[in-house]
Amino acid sequence: MSGLPGWKAGDELEERTPPPVNRDQLKKYAEASGDPNPIHLSDEAAEAAGLPGVIAHGMLTVATMGLLFSPYLEHGHVKTFRSRFSGMVFLGDGLRVGGRVTNAEQTGEGRLYTFQVYARRGRDTVASGEVEFLVPEGVQP
Amino acid sequence: MLYRRFVGRSSEPVWNVVERDAVRLFAEAIADPSPLYRDEKTAKRSRYGRLLAPPTFPRTFDYGRVEGLELPSAGLIHGEFRISYRRPLLVGDELLCRLTLKDSYDKEGRRGLLGFLLFERTGEDSEGNLVFTTNDTVVVTEAVRGETSE
Repeated sequence: MSGLPGWKAGDELEERTPPPVNRDQLKKYAEASGDPNPIHLSDEAAEAAGLPGVIAHGMLTVATMGLLFSPYLEHGHVKTFRSRFSGMVFLGDGLRVGGRVTNAEQTGEGRLYTFQVYARRGRDTVASGEVEFLVPEGVQP
Repeated sequence: MLYRRFVGRSSEPVWNVVERDAVRLFAEAIADPSPLYRDEKTAKRSRYGRLLAPPTFPRTFDYGRVEGLELPSAGLIHGEFRISYRRPLLVGDELLCRLTLKDSYDKEGRRGLLGFLLFERTGEDSEGNLVFTTNDTVVVTEAVRGETSE
């Protein structure tokens, strides 16, 4: 749990590098999310679909970008999360996730921070998006 | 336009409960260490008063099916995702979840004709208040188009 930084437009979130994607995680995510699509689990199924090997769930990449905000959930919550997928994530891929503040404003509900976020493998962006994080009225920054 | 006649149609909504164990397993699977997802004591002391669910947890819910709408089982591409919350999702929440095909359109891409399907999923609490809305863009490539029975 971390204190809430006094975020202002232009501030960067510290980049995070979760462990590379492995089969065990994909199996766990498939079970936990109820996604039975075999292209995330079986090499044969992935190859039959024209892929070089199993790929990670796009929504797992979104959740990985979401890790950027989990230290601050004591203070506020994710209000909107938008992600556009621009590349596939394969086994062994180490992703870097990060982002920066694009806006901070007072709203009727509290202080609303907007972030541009990304998930990258090397120089390739595999997903990018926008997160609004709301710190409700009455929570001290 | 794929599935044109289903645009605007919704599923028969389904009740879902945000279960503690399901949240713990999901948090483990996404490798999110926040104690607010799994530690009752921390959650109780927090301003939520209850365990919290991760922002992408609504992926786990059953939204029912739009009757007659059969998507190909493989080869679909998830192009875009958006979720919007009126309030955070908490363990113990009971939500009536519904799926709607909002739109369908075609675009000529570099690799042939692409079909775009826009799905909306919503969760409402027992008083009928909207808790979240998700919007997914699903891309149907020309290779898969033949399997859509359209």
